[in-house]
This record gives sequence, structure tokens and C-alpha cells, in this order.
Amino acid sequence: MSKVYSGASLALAELMRDDMTIMAGGFGLCGIPSALIGAIKLTGVTGLTVISNNCGVDGIGLGVLLEAGQIRKMISSYVGENKLFAEQYLSGKLEVEFSPQGTLAERIRAGGAGIPAFFTKTGVGTIVAEGKEVREFDGESYVMERGLTADVALVHAWKGDAEGNLIYRKTARNFNPVVATAGKVTVAEVEHMAEIGELESDQIHTPGIFVSRIVHVPNPVKHIEQVRTRKRELAGAN
Amino acid sequence: MAWTREQMAQRAARELRDGFYVNLGIGIPTMVANYIPGGMSVCLQSENGMLGVGPFPYEGEEDADLINAGKQTITALPMTSFFSSADGFGMIRGGHIDLTILGSMQVARNGDLANWTIPGKMIKGMGGAMDLVAGVKRVVVVMEHEAKGEPKLLEQCTLPLTGQRVADMVITDLGVFTVARKGEAKLTLIALADGVTLDEITAKTAAKFENGLDRAAA
Repeated sequence: MSKVYSGASLALAELMRDDMTIMAGGFGLCGIPSALIGAIKLTGVTGLTVISNNCGVDGIGLGVLLEAGQIRKMISSYVGENKLFAEQYLSGKLEVEFSPQGTLAERIRAGGAGIPAFFTKTGVGTIVAEGKEVREFDGESYVMERGLTADVALVHAWKGDAEGNLIYRKTARNFNPVVATAGKVTVAEVEHMAEIGELESDQIHTPGIFVSRIVHVPNPVKHIEQVRTRKRELAGAN
Repeated sequence: MAWTREQMAQRAARELRDGFYVNLGIGIPTMVANYIPGGMSVCLQSENGMLGVGPFPYEGEEDADLINAGKQTITALPMTSFFSSADGFGMIRGGHIDLTILGSMQVARNGDLANWTIPGKMIKGMGGAMDLVAGVKRVVVVMEHEAKGEPKLLEQCTLPLTGQRVADMVITDLGVFTVARKGEAKLTLIALADGVTLDEITAKTAAKFENGLDRAAA
């Protein structure tokens, strides 16, 4: 059975339905599965619960699904870059569960590794701990957080092969490796599709077992939220 | 007279030590990187998944796959490593990061810190702030002493907390305070900014504090 699909929409075929939970890798606009998110928009499914650190920006990434009114609930750590998000939240159309970024990453890691809950000191004594079990270990308080899984998980990788092995690039790795582990079905979009054996076995970040479907998306448009540069000091100037 | 943003960053840089792994927040904390003393080796961590954060790229060399936790373009160094955000926060939660320098909206006398939300106004989310204050060994806050004429150093925070008893030091444009994280709540003034008097800083601080200026000078 081949894991390779020839397009993002085909890669999602028969996976999507209303009111399901999806998860997406990426941090800000870095390493987000843009093509797959675009394909979800085309399916027209609604009532989605989306687990992702951020919610894109207006018109880019998950912002596209927000705009189309397809998201019912977000589980995120930071959504500050999205005006539409604030609007929909304040009008009651959108539900949000804030999870501290490290707790969110660990909840996803735990979910993918079959760990239903764990204790962390992050958020103790804050509203994040409200309604959750707090337990003392070695004289310190920790709050119980639940692992997270999703019906469909979407990731973006730099390189992949037909086995589903993935290699990420620089900080575009971010949430992708843990998200890849936490989907009942994980779909990966990759910038480069390698032949089997071409990827160094020692360098693979996500082993193919976690990836059910893979699609080649060459030359994706990548956006930068905060361009910062320094001036080049010209040799011999003045 | 008070300290400028650059001077606040410079003062915060004095908390760095050779060999430290450090996480810098957005704003003035980011500027601390410009004041790492010569000869001192400090490794900057970015919690999205990078150790060894380099300077901003030259114009035209920005890489969309290479950003810091503030989503700004940056560069890698020869010693840089990349990892997942789960590992990035494992480093933080596991106490492997020596120091974090971050901004805040309020700090209480007992070290409670509030910097993530203003109910009804700001609903952006906490990002990594709660993990950083809970997990990093030492937490240094750099912030303006007042916000629109209102003191930010308080007996108790009025905003929802980011962490309970987590601040070790507060550097403002008016001076420097140390904070006791364990035992009885205790805020101690250890330095005044240039041209700032004890009377002025007392008038603008809503938390009771001890005067440790003599001890600090001795």
C-alpha cells in the first residue's frame, strides 16, 4: 500500500468530516502545513477543533480556515497575530483553550506516546491550573495536564520518502515531530521527495511509522512574520 | 532622569555568567544580547527549537525556516543545534536553562508575576511565558517602573498570574530590586538608576520594600 499521494486534496481524501479534531505542526508561519490546510478549506468541513500552537495570520495558514468559519474551537498557546481570531472569539463563534506552549508541546508528545496525563509545574497557581488536579512531589506543586491526540494530524517537512520518513529543516521543525506522532492518521507534506535509501537513516527525525500519507509540495511559498536584518558592514568603506 | 532602554538592557547583562544558557524575551530583553561582555561565552536558547541563536541576518539573507521565539528572522552559529519545541521546553522545564530575562506587566512583592493577559482586553495567550518562569533556574524581569503613571511593582498582582513566586530580580528604569522566592515575601532595593532618588522610587512603588542600597554599595 503506497503512502504517496499526488496532491494535497487527494492526500486528505475520505479523511475529513465535520466536528473532527485536527492537529497542525508549525510555529507562527514557520513550518506550517500550508498546502494541506488549503486542501481542508476546499473540503468545506466545519465545526473543527484545531490543536496548533498558533492560528496563522489573517489569510495565511490556519487563518484561512478561521476566515471560512470552519473552526469551532482552538487549543493554542498564542493567537496574538490574528485579528479575525479576536473578533470571532469575542462574538462567541469561536471557543479557545489556552495551553502554555511547553505544556501544549508535552501534551501532544504524551498523546502520541500513549501517556494520558502528566504533571508539570508550569501554570501552578494560575488560571491554567483551575479545575485540574494539583499534586505535591518532593515538596513542590505540580498540575495534571492531559495528553492530546487528533483524528488527523498535519505536518510540514523538508524532506521525506515513500516510507514516510521525515527530515525537518532548522526551526521549521518546531511542533512538527510531536504532532506527527499524535494523529490517528498523520499526513505529511514535504518540499523534497527522496528515493528510498536516499535519506540518511541516522538523520531521520520522524520515522515512517507515524506517517500514513505523504504528499510532495515543491517550492512552497514561505512567509515571515517579523523580518529583522542587520546592515552589512562594507569592507573598506570610508 | 532614569535609565534608557539600552541602560536597562546593559544592567540586565550584568546578570550573565560565563557558560550560561540563557533565554531572552521580546523587547528590551532581546537587546541584552548586544551587551554580552567580551570573552564571556553565553549560549542563547530559543524555545521554539534552537540553541545558539546568532544575530539578525544581513538584508537579503533572511530564511523563513530560521526564526526565534519572537518570530523574528535570525541566523545560526557554528555551534547551533535545532530540536523540537517539546525538547526546547524540556530544557526549560527540566531546569537546564540558567537564566531567563523577560518583560512583565506587574510583579508583586512576593515574586508573583503577571505578563500574559488583561481580561477583556488582551486575549493573545501566554505562549511560553508560564513555562519559562516555572522552569528556568533564575528569572530576571526587565520592565518600565510604571505603566501610564500606574505602579507595576505591587503588594499583590491585580492581573491573572503567569507564575507564583517566580521573579528573582526586577530591573526597571528607576532601579534594581531583588526578590525572595522562598519564605517570607521580601523585596529589596539594591540599586538606583542615574539621577533617581530613594524618595522618587518609593513614591512610584506600590509594594513595600527594604532599602538594601548601603549593603549593595558596601
